[in-house]
Amino acid sequence: MFQRLPETRGATVRVAIDGQPHEARDGDTVAAAMLAAGFDHCRTTPVSDSPRSPYCMMGVCFDCLVTIDGTGNRQGCLVRVRDGMQITTQRGKRELGQ
Amino acid sequence: MNDVARSRDFDIAVIGGGLVGSSIAWGLARVGQRVAVLDEGDVALRASRGNFALIWVQSKGLGMPEYSHWTLRSVNHWAGFANELKEQTGLDLCYERPGGFHVTLTEHEWLYRDALMKRLAAQPGMPAIEFEMMDHDRVKAMLPQIGPGVTGASFCAADGHCNSLRLFRALNQAMQKLGATYLSNHIVDRVEPGGGGFRMFTKGGEVRANKVVLAAGIGNARLAPMVGLNIPVRPQRGQIIVTEKTQPFLRYPIATIRQTDEGGVLLGDSQEEAVEAVVGTSVIAVLADRAARTFPQLGALNIVRSWAALRVMTKDGFPIYDQSASAPGAFAATCHSGVTLAASHAFVLAPLLAKGQLPAEVFQIFSGQRFDVPKAA
Repeated sequence: MFQRLPETRGATVRVAIDGQPHEARDGDTVAAAMLAAGFDHCRTTPVSDSPRSPYCMMGVCFDCLVTIDGTGNRQGCLVRVRDGMQITTQRGKRELGQ
Repeated sequence: MNDVARSRDFDIAVIGGGLVGSSIAWGLARVGQRVAVLDEGDVALRASRGNFALIWVQSKGLGMPEYSHWTLRSVNHWAGFANELKEQTGLDLCYERPGGFHVTLTEHEWLYRDALMKRLAAQPGMPAIEFEMMDHDRVKAMLPQIGPGVTGASFCAADGHCNSLRLFRALNQAMQKLGATYLSNHIVDRVEPGGGGFRMFTKGGEVRANKVVLAAGIGNARLAPMVGLNIPVRPQRGQIIVTEKTQPFLRYPIATIRQTDEGGVLLGDSQEEAVEAVVGTSVIAVLADRAARTFPQLGALNIVRSWAALRVMTKDGFPIYDQSASAPGAFAATCHSGVTLAASHAFVLAPLLAKGQLPAEVFQIFSGQRFDVPKAA
């Protein structure tokens, strides 16, 4: 799986992914943090429930959709991690919202 | 040059491969006709792209009760129509008929809707269509997510919806399975009657057939005079927004809001929707605003796409079905509601076209002649 380059630095950021604590680095995107934490997919598709993981890492492909702090269909590659962030693998269709 | 088209003559050519043409073509193939469908390519300004997939009865036929009968007849055929297409293609059209709503957002809109529905029902010769004007609480009992700004709705148990993308695909597959010849990139330049048949000069070569049906939407206005018909239709812009796919929440179709079987929510403008404050605001913004007032939770969803299409409109809004007196064997079909009427087009209209005659007692009222004004008048 993915490993961090030895020369990269950054303060530790603590997030929860699917309810489990994980350490990320300040400056990571959610998608990068999930890949670094060893997740092989971040969502399943809304119609056929097929697993997807981040692909383009630059906001184009929409395959890194994930639920962040309760809001579904966020592009994980465009959101930076914050301390205490709740990240959830998205299963199928997003929630309707509040 | 297409060898199939040149080497073979057809019983009937259908000009136009959209929903109207495809429904008719499948219906013709079903009763054993040798059919050619002459379609444009992907460049076609297809009204079928701008539909809302409603199978809709309520509020149709004001000024022409026969249209209400014709609509109801199609709606009553729809279950059998969807089943037969599924048997032939394996495609599930997701046809449902849970009843449909037309939501109002002000007191004035509710009163206007109430008056309209009463006027419609009071017309002599109207079929008995069950509908109910509901207040906010009645609507909320059936649609718990409505916002406080909803003043009520009309509800009609006869209304339903489907997946119109699959309908289109199923018709195209099924007609070819039954032997119809579908010819893309065959935009018709000219139709020439003569010798007991018709010659169609197209971008893809010449095609001959004994009969011809014009089902080219807006294109019918150009083609009709070539076979002695008058089909005055104009394009009307229709706009649709679709949101990202979300958990199912909407059990009933609403005239301008519909959740598809796959979860996306369609927001559309409806011809019958009398939005007052459109001036100065883009149609899309009004659609989104009304949808968010109807279901506040929709405001949190992202919009994925919006698109416009040119729909087909006659001067009175009712369809035109016609047959040529000067070129027997030439017919035309033009309508606004190609999804709702698809079952009638396949099961009722097509067999009559196969026989070569539209009975006046049903179809005279739909003739394009209704728009003719005597010159002296």
